Amino acid sequence: MADTAQVDLRTRLQNWLPKLVLAPSFAMVLLFVYGFIAFTVYLSFTDSRILPSYGWVGLENYEKLFRLRHWKIAVSNLAVFAILYIGISSLIGLMLAIFLDQKIRIEGALRTVYLYPMALSFIVTGTAWKWLLDPGIGLEHTMHLWGWTTFSFDWIKNSDYAIYTVVLAAVWQSSGFAMAMFLAGLRGIDNEILKAAQMDGASNWQLYRRIIIPQLRPAFLSAFVILSHLAIKSYDLVIALTGGGPGRATELPATFMYSYTFTRNQMGIGASSAVIMLITIAAIMVPYLYAELKEKK
Amino acid sequence: MMAIASTDTAIRSGRVTRTFLYLVLLLFALFYLLPFAIMVMNSMKPLDEITGGNMMAFPTDWTLEPWRKAWSEAQVGVDATGLRPYFYNSLIMAIPAVMLSTFFGALNGYVLTKWQFRGHNIVFGLLLFSCFIPFQIVLIPMARMLGIFGLAGSTGGLILVHFVYGIGFTTLYFRNYYAAFPTELIRAAQIDGAGFFRIFWRILLPSSGPIIAVSFIWQFTNIWNDFLFGASFADFSSQPMTVALNNLVQSSTGVKEYNVHFAGAIYAAIPTLLVYIVAGRYFVRGLMAGSVKG
Amino acid sequence: MAQLKTKIATLMVATALTTAPALAEDVEVLHWWTSGGEAAALNVLKGDLETQGIGWQDMPVAGGGGEAAMTVLRARVTSGNAPTAVQMLGFDILDWADQGALADLNSVAAEQGWDAVVPEALQAFAKVDGKWVSAPVNVHSTNWVWANKAVLDSNGIAVPTTWDEFAAAVDALSAAGVTPIAHGGQAWQDATVFDAVAMGALGPDGYKAAFIDLDEDALGGDAMKTAFERMEFIRANVDENFSGRDWNLATAMVINGEAGFQMMGDWAKGEFLSAGKTPGDDFLCFRFPGTENQVTFNADQFAMFDQGGTVSAEQAALASAILSPSFQSAFNVVKGSVPARTDVSDADFDACGKQGMKDLAAAAASGNLFGSMAHGHANPASIKNAMYDVITAHFNGEYDAETAVSELVDAVSIAK
Repeated sequence: MADTAQVDLRTRLQNWLPKLVLAPSFAMVLLFVYGFIAFTVYLSFTDSRILPSYGWVGLENYEKLFRLRHWKIAVSNLAVFAILYIGISSLIGLMLAIFLDQKIRIEGALRTVYLYPMALSFIVTGTAWKWLLDPGIGLEHTMHLWGWTTFSFDWIKNSDYAIYTVVLAAVWQSSGFAMAMFLAGLRGIDNEILKAAQMDGASNWQLYRRIIIPQLRPAFLSAFVILSHLAIKSYDLVIALTGGGPGRATELPATFMYSYTFTRNQMGIGASSAVIMLITIAAIMVPYLYAELKEKK
Repeated sequence: MMAIASTDTAIRSGRVTRTFLYLVLLLFALFYLLPFAIMVMNSMKPLDEITGGNMMAFPTDWTLEPWRKAWSEAQVGVDATGLRPYFYNSLIMAIPAVMLSTFFGALNGYVLTKWQFRGHNIVFGLLLFSCFIPFQIVLIPMARMLGIFGLAGSTGGLILVHFVYGIGFTTLYFRNYYAAFPTELIRAAQIDGAGFFRIFWRILLPSSGPIIAVSFIWQFTNIWNDFLFGASFADFSSQPMTVALNNLVQSSTGVKEYNVHFAGAIYAAIPTLLVYIVAGRYFVRGLMAGSVKG
Repeated sequence: MAQLKTKIATLMVATALTTAPALAEDVEVLHWWTSGGEAAALNVLKGDLETQGIGWQDMPVAGGGGEAAMTVLRARVTSGNAPTAVQMLGFDILDWADQGALADLNSVAAEQGWDAVVPEALQAFAKVDGKWVSAPVNVHSTNWVWANKAVLDSNGIAVPTTWDEFAAAVDALSAAGVTPIAHGGQAWQDATVFDAVAMGALGPDGYKAAFIDLDEDALGGDAMKTAFERMEFIRANVDENFSGRDWNLATAMVINGEAGFQMMGDWAKGEFLSAGKTPGDDFLCFRFPGTENQVTFNADQFAMFDQGGTVSAEQAALASAILSPSFQSAFNVVKGSVPARTDVSDADFDACGKQGMKDLAAAAASGNLFGSMAHGHANPASIKNAMYDVITAHFNGEYDAETAVSELVDAVSIAK
C-alpha cells in the first residue's frame, strides 16, 4: 500500500513539475508586462503629470492627444516609416538571401557582413549615419571634394525628406536580419521538389515565383512580425539620428510618448499615447498569434 | 536534420548571371561596411584632420591616441576614467542576464512542447506578446517594483529587468526548436524511467547548440546595447557602457572630440561584433530550425 | 585647465580602485556636466567635500540638456532610492518640491545668509513656501549675441543697439557674402533665439504677460506676430546647413569668421576661450539689440532629496560648499555664467563675465530680471515644450507668422 502511495506521489509530482518550472517566468510576465499595461491604461485616465497621481479625468487625455498636431505627425510618420522600412528590408533581405543561396564561394563572410549592423547599438548607428548624411561633412562634402560639385544629398536637413533618412539607417541595420530569416527559409525547402519541377522544364524565374517564394510564407510572417515590432518600438535611432527634427518632422509615436511622459511632465497624455500604441500592436499581433497557434494544434 | 541543404541546389545559372550575382552581393557588402569603416578610419585620425578634411580619406597621420583616451582617460563624469570601468559593469550585468534568460527560455520551451497541458497555447501566446511591449511604459512601475524588492540601483536589478523582458523571445526560440524534436525519443526515455530534468539535461540540451547560439546572440546584443534600462535603473556603481558612451558623445559643452567618440563607440561594439563573428555561423542554422519553420 | 586634467588623470587610478560601497557619509550626485570644463569645475566641489571627509559618488547622465537625467531621477525616486543631490533647473525644482521630495535647507541658508545675497528672481526657483529646497550654482543669461570682431570691423558694422540696426548689419554681412547668423536648428536653440527676439518685440511687460502669466491676449497679440516675423528674417539669414547642428558648432562658425553673429547663452563664451580668443579683441559679447536693460536667465541648482525628514550633514556640507564665494567664483569663471550670489568679487572674470555680473545686478535691482522661457524658467515643462513645438515648426517654415500666433495660443491652452 505504502508503495503505491509513493508512486502516486511521484507521478503527481511529475505531473506538476512542468507547470512549476514554467510558473516563475509566467508569473513575472503577468506582473511585469500585463500588470504594467493595466497600470498604464489606468494612468491614461488620470491627471498624472510629473509622477503617477490618481485623480480621475475620464477621456480628457485622449481628447487632448487627438487635438495635438504633434501626435498626428508622429502617427503619419510611423505609417510612412513602417511601410517603407518593412517593405524595403524584406525586399533586400529576400534578394540577398536568394543570391547567397546560389553556391556563393564567400557566403560565410558575406553573411557576417550583412548581419553585423544588427550587433551595433543605436548610438553607434546614429552617430555614423548622422555623419554620412550631413551635407557639411558627409557624403555630399566628400563628393564635392572629389570634384562632383553638383552632387546634392541633404535629406536629413529637409523636413519633407528627413523621415526617409531614418528609413535608410533602419534598413541598413536590420535588412541583414531579414536576409538571415529568408536564407534559413530557403535552406529548409526540399530540393527534390525543385528538381522535379526543373525536369518539367520550369525556368529559374518560374521556379522562384511559383514554388520557392510561396513556400517561404512562414519566413515572411516571422520577418513581418519582427520588423513591425522593431518599427513600432523605433525610438533610439530617431533620437540618435535626427532628435526628431528638423522641427518635429521625424517624430514617431515612441518618441512622442517618451517626451510627453518624461520631459514634458504630462504623464497622462503620454500614457494615453502608449495605450493607442499597444492597441495597434495588438491589432497586428493577435490575429497572427491566433493563426499560428491554431495551426499547430 | 538541419544540415545546410544548398550543397546540392537545384538551381543552375550561367557565367554572366553569376558575375552579376557577385557584383550585387559585393555592392551590398560595401553598403553595409561603409559606415563602420568610416568610423574606424576617423577614429585613427588626429582631430584637426577630421574637422578640416575629407572623412572618406585615410588618415595621413595614423594615431591610436583616441583609442587610448576613450578607454582610460576620457571625461565621462567628474573623474576622467574613460570607458574602462563601465565596460566591466556591462559585462557583469549582461553575462548572467543572458545565461538566465537562455536557461529559462530552454526550460519553458521544453515544457511548452513536450509536457503540454491544457491552456499551454494561451500561456505561450501571453509570453510571446510580452516581447512587443514598448519599454518606455514600464519605466515607472518597474522602478517601483525594484524598490520594493530592494534591487533599486543595483546590477541585480538590471539582471532581473533584462531577464523579464527577454524571456518571451528566448521561450519563442526554444519552443519552435523543440517542437521539431522527435517526441518518441522523450517517450522512450520516460519508459526507461528518466524524469523531467534528466530528459532535459541528457537528451534535449546536448542537441540544442544552434538555438542556444541564436538565443545567446539575440539576448546579448539587446542587453549589451540597452540604454534606457541601464540609465534608469543603475546607480553610480552599476552604470553600463552605453550610458557612459552616451555621456561621452552627448557632453554639452566644449570641443567635441569626434575621433575619441568613434573609438569609444567601437569599444562599445566590440563584444557584440565578436559574438556575431564567432557564433554567427550558427545563427542561420538556428533560425532555420527555430523561428522560421515553427 | 590642462594641468588640472593631468592631475585628475593621475588621481583617477586611485579613485577607481577605492570606489567603495555607499557609506553613510558619501553623497551621490546626479548631474549632466560631463564635458571637460564643467567636470573640472565640479571636481573643485568634489575636492572641497573630500577635505571634510565626505566621499563623492558620481552619477552622470548626459543628454538633452538634462532631459535624460530627469527621466533617471523619476525612476530613482519612484524606486525609493533617490540620489543625495541632483542638478536641476527651474520649474523641475518647484515640481519636485510640490511632490514633497526635497529636503528643507533653511538651517544652512539662515546660517549663511542666502536670503540677503541671492537675487529675488532666482529665489523664486530655490524657495518654496518660505523653505529653501535647492542650492543655486550660477546664473546663466540667455539674451546674449556673440560676434566676430574682425568680421564686423571689415564690413564697417558697429555693435547694433536696435532691431533695425541689427537688421541692417545682417543685410550688410549677407551682401558681403558672409553667413550673417550662425545657428543650430534644434528646438531649444530656435527657442533661445525666439526668447531674445520676443523680449525685444514685446518689451519686459509683454514678455512677462505672455510667457510667465500666459495671458492669451499677450500670446496672441500683434507684438507676438512681430516677433515671429523677425524670426522669419533670421531664418532667411542662416546658412543652408543649420538644421540639427549642435550649438557649439555654430559658435565655431563665428570663431572661424564664417559667420558674423550667434544668439546664444553665456556658455558660448567657453568655446571662444578654449579656441584662444580674447573678449573685446577677437570677439564681442552684447545683449540682443533692444534688450540692453533686461536679463533673461536660467540657473543651475542642486536640489537635495529628502532622506528622512531632515537635511543630512553631508547635504548641508554640499549646499554650503556650493554657495561659498570661492566655489561660486571658481566654477563660474570656467562655465561662463555668473555667480548666483551678488557679493562675489568679479576680479577673476573676463570682460564679458564682468559685464554679465553688472547687468545681472542692475536688472535684479530694476525689476528687469526674468526667467527665460527657452530654458524652463518662465513656465512649466509642458508649456515650454508646447511653445517649442510652435516656434520650431514656424522656424522651419511650416507656418506663417499669423498662423504661428494662433497655434501658440492653442498649444498653450492644450498644455495647461
